[in-house]
Amino acid sequence: MSTRSIVPFGPQHPVLPEPIHLDLVLEDEKVVEAVPSIGFVHRGLEKLVEKKDFQEYVYVAERICGICSFMHGMGYCEAVEHIMGIEIPPRAKYLRTIWCEMSRIHSHMLWLGLLADAFGFESLFMQSWRIREKILDMFEYSTGGRVIFSVNKIGGQRKDMDGDMLKQFMEVLSGIEAETKVIAKTFLGDKAVNSRLRGVGFLTKQQAHDLGAVGPFMRASGIALDNRKLGYAAYPDIDFEPVTSEIGDCYARCDVRIREIFQSIDIIRQAAAKIPEGEVAVPVKGLPDGEYMMRVEQPRGEAIYYVKANGTKFLDRVRVRTPTFANLPGMLETLKGCDFADVPILILTIDPCISCTER
Amino acid sequence: MKVSNSPWLLHYDGSSCNGCDIEVLACLTPVYDVERFGVINTGNPKHADIFLITGGINTQNKAVVEQIYSQMPSPKVVVAVGICACNGGIFKECYNILGGVDTVIPVDIYVPGCAARPQAIIDGVVKAVALLDEKKKKRDQKKAQGGSGNA
Amino acid sequence: MRDGIIMEVGAGSLVPEVLMLKHEGYRLVQICATKTEKGYELTYSFGQAYKLVNLRLKLAPGAEVVSISDIYEPAFLYENEIHDLFGIKVRMMALDYEGNLYRIDQKNPFQ
Repeated sequence: MSTRSIVPFGPQHPVLPEPIHLDLVLEDEKVVEAVPSIGFVHRGLEKLVEKKDFQEYVYVAERICGICSFMHGMGYCEAVEHIMGIEIPPRAKYLRTIWCEMSRIHSHMLWLGLLADAFGFESLFMQSWRIREKILDMFEYSTGGRVIFSVNKIGGQRKDMDGDMLKQFMEVLSGIEAETKVIAKTFLGDKAVNSRLRGVGFLTKQQAHDLGAVGPFMRASGIALDNRKLGYAAYPDIDFEPVTSEIGDCYARCDVRIREIFQSIDIIRQAAAKIPEGEVAVPVKGLPDGEYMMRVEQPRGEAIYYVKANGTKFLDRVRVRTPTFANLPGMLETLKGCDFADVPILILTIDPCISCTER
Repeated sequence: MKVSNSPWLLHYDGSSCNGCDIEVLACLTPVYDVERFGVINTGNPKHADIFLITGGINTQNKAVVEQIYSQMPSPKVVVAVGICACNGGIFKECYNILGGVDTVIPVDIYVPGCAARPQAIIDGVVKAVALLDEKKKKRDQKKAQGGSGNA
Repeated sequence: MRDGIIMEVGAGSLVPEVLMLKHEGYRLVQICATKTEKGYELTYSFGQAYKLVNLRLKLAPGAEVVSISDIYEPAFLYENEIHDLFGIKVRMMALDYEGNLYRIDQKNPFQ
């Protein structure tokens, strides 16, 4: 006869850098059900559109989350640019692509580190974050900031990268590529790591579809969808295919993200080779009127920026549907039937970003 | 030479955007390595001497922050990391933000920045280590005079 | 909108339309509420591969809406959010937090 108990998990928990609370219903050591309660990070920043005008709001959008800061800013700007019919210069599109992919590498590296920490491999955590610092140095060199850059504005970019800088970046990237190959071997080949990741937290292709999962979490279950294919920024000129896996367990999610790091390095190389000369921003005239729904592929998956403008400088509505929000039902599904001790790893493999989720 | 004890550090994310949190973690990893000052990160408030908190306070995490603070043994030092933890920052006008960390617990050290840079966070932690020593000294003096010793 | 066609639906035709999309293999992308001069509008977005379809439902102030969480399971999060932030009553949610998803002090800040 098994005993049923409810164990509260979070909001302050050693493996969680961010606060989320789950009530885990256990039968002995097995999780039967998980019920999330959120709101610890809820700020209500969508409502700030009433107080900040549409140009100032870029700064708020960048602070939805500090990890995907660049992409949040860009997604919001692209939505407003579409409403206003602004065509940004080609060079700005390429710059956006390069910074986006740098963000993806930094985010995936960060995630690899946290995953290593969750299964108790401290030195692998340190190695991942050591490599990640090189990307942050590139950010600092090109934008002045390490995590929040404010280089996006409506109509283009605030900063440019010159030829020397790009050349230097290519060298740094080669170094990052070589070092990532080394840690990838441990993540994907080490026996102890494999024993924690393989066969844990399955999500089938059908479940991923039904539960509306997005990003690497969905692609690791075999659905080849990547919003970069929608063709924002300079992605139409770039040759790439969505990274997928057919397995659908924690190992597959790790594998997909590692391959996406290499893919991002490749995309930056392609973009740097093709980047056209010219201006990086166009002047913005007039006020936005209309609505637009912009879909962006963030490191964690599809993010949606819905902007509704009314012809004044204050917008009617900004709504952000972030990837973690969409991934929560899938995460709850994978938790069902898992061992209690595996809960932290399962939560981490969706790469949760609570700050995004609650806004 | 006077050697300080090794204080343990607890990090809690209030309602921050994550920017400061990943910088706090970056401080603990190889390039910035705050552990060289004898500081180690812990998840248990009862083990912790220094409370690093990022992000502003909202109605829901207010009780969590108070709870963590009360569980930490005295003497303790609170470091507010980032402008949101200092006074609410860009989110100050949001309906669900009460303000900085000092709206619920006393803050000893304020580290500004959006996001706070690792150098600034390390500076804050080093100051916290010194302050902790000072608080301990005061407690010991009090104890010697026959007081309760609670700083 | 780039690829997003918007189809206006009435309160009565929402569920049949959603059922049809489900049957055609669409996934739920998001549900968004917006305050308008005449009340609220809800935008339900569904996706199939890269295609996006939006259903738009206009609501008068105080009107109730029927949950689609029995058709699309993940809808419960969006619907609870809409209830908490906008004060729109959603009937028959698969998992009803009864206003405790965000647990904010200010009731329905977007109302």
